[in-house]
Amino acid sequence: MKGKKLLVKGVEAIALGALEGGCQCYFGYPITPQNEIPELMSAELPKRGGVFLQAESETSAINMVLGASAVGARVMTSSSSPGISLMSEGFSYLIALELPCVVVNVMRGGPGLGGIEASQGDYFQAVKAPGHGDGRFLVLAPYTCAEAYELTAKAFELADKYRNPVMILSDAILGQMKEPLEVKPLKIKNFAKEDWALTGAKDRPSRTIKSLFLDSKELAERNLKLKKKYKAMEREIRFEILSEGQEELMVIAFGSIARICKEAVLNLRSKGYGISFFRPVTLFPFPKKALCSALDSNEKKIKVLVFELNCGQMVEDVASALCGRAEVLSRFYPPSVLPFPEDIEREIKKCLNSLNFPKV
Amino acid sequence: MPELFKFPQSLKKTLFHYCPGCHHSIIHRLLCEVIDELEIRDKTVGLASIGCACFLYFYIDVDIIEAPHGRSCSAGTGIKRARPDLVVFTYQGDGDFAAIGLGDSLHAGSRGEKITAIMINNTVYGMTGGQVSPTTLPMQKTTTTPSGRDPSKEGYPLKVAEILAGFEGVAFCARVAVNTPQRVLQAKKALKKAFLAQIEERGFGYIEFLSACPVNWKMDPLSATRHIDKLAEVFPLKIFKDFE
Repeated sequence: MKGKKLLVKGVEAIALGALEGGCQCYFGYPITPQNEIPELMSAELPKRGGVFLQAESETSAINMVLGASAVGARVMTSSSSPGISLMSEGFSYLIALELPCVVVNVMRGGPGLGGIEASQGDYFQAVKAPGHGDGRFLVLAPYTCAEAYELTAKAFELADKYRNPVMILSDAILGQMKEPLEVKPLKIKNFAKEDWALTGAKDRPSRTIKSLFLDSKELAERNLKLKKKYKAMEREIRFEILSEGQEELMVIAFGSIARICKEAVLNLRSKGYGISFFRPVTLFPFPKKALCSALDSNEKKIKVLVFELNCGQMVEDVASALCGRAEVLSRFYPPSVLPFPEDIEREIKKCLNSLNFPKV
Repeated sequence: MPELFKFPQSLKKTLFHYCPGCHHSIIHRLLCEVIDELEIRDKTVGLASIGCACFLYFYIDVDIIEAPHGRSCSAGTGIKRARPDLVVFTYQGDGDFAAIGLGDSLHAGSRGEKITAIMINNTVYGMTGGQVSPTTLPMQKTTTTPSGRDPSKEGYPLKVAEILAGFEGVAFCARVAVNTPQRVLQAKKALKKAFLAQIEERGFGYIEFLSACPVNWKMDPLSATRHIDKLAEVFPLKIFKDFE
């Protein structure tokens, strides 16, 4: 398949990216709209000497991931919102045990069972608290099939590098739409695991991988060590920016709505409007510095307009990053209300022209 | 003179933290003897569960990982699928294996995962202070069944070995006890078989130990050890499934 141009769905691009990233084991449980991932993995992994197993539940699947990761395998699971919630206990342990893995969340509408419409409702869960107890995921949000392919492959490298789970945060639009993808070979680094993986105590003392620290000092040290790691992850920050440094308004969005927003921004720019565009690709760590310096170097006073497919979550991170540097406004679309680029253009114009643009 | 008795190589030379009369320490020792005799110390990975035995790594000198509450059989599945050359065992209490983890446990057995699952059945939640468990006997007093487990309200004791014995994927299934010297020897033989089930790639190996919890049973160690016979009336000591 390598080097070929294929017409694929976003979820298929994710699965192909996982294979390119060296995924050796996949454990998961079916849930719409991401079932093509386990289906593709079940066909491809055994051919390559890898392991595919459909678990009896999401809780079981994530713990199979935990076991495989502990013995040094490159391992992945994928799910969608309600399934991701079920996995959160395992996420917390994976973080605490410093076990690398890749977790794909193809978000659907919630809360609860919700629906299978596109949504970005799990932003907070992904970037703030994937599980209990002060742990973080490195979160990557693709917005095209090509990016889904590349970021998923890269996620395996990053997971191993930091010994931490990495989440691909996608959604039902990107997951289920088709576009051409060039399946090209990528350079994905390997990291030695011999110094920590559980492989049997042959010619070395036995090892323990644990998260129980009853000594409060020991536990505090452990958490501070993890915090340092999250800080180090800032080296991996990725973002996209369209700006000439003289705009009046900046549009910020991630994932599939960023694609709609980008088209709207490009349309307006071609008509002479001073609009810039910023898209975080890493949602955690959030590209705070890049965003601030973009605004600081802008010659005009700028307003920031954040678009999301939820009731307004990332806008809080944007506001906190900007720390009063600009007025931050939110335009949100809950599940099943999907705007067209023209709708976004209209919102941007309203914001530009009116002093009474509703604040929410 | 031939050596008849020695300290197991896989057992760390440290004092057990378990309460007086608790059977964990006897079972730990048996486990280490079996690991030594099968010569698998350098390719074994153990899964420590939640509860009193979560400190397995303090005592047993093999690679050990903690799994979340009830999830040892799933995590063990992940280990074995990724590295079939490793010998994998879980060490779980009745609450871990049969309450919160029953789904994980039964599905691993049903799939015939080539792992060895050890369930320590003391009929109560030990570490959390003696609450009712799926295996609590009828009329047994616990901190959450203060007037005794009433089957009409709290249900009947869950007989895990009897369930697993019916699964095609289960190669070996036994319930043993360690409250008499003879039973200790029988238990060791069964434990070895539960490991051989995976080593010979026959399927899932399950062994259930009836184990004393004097503190939560509110008994002295000797009475608690004798009380195992009462447990055995509800949970018969038996090899339910075996292979040649």
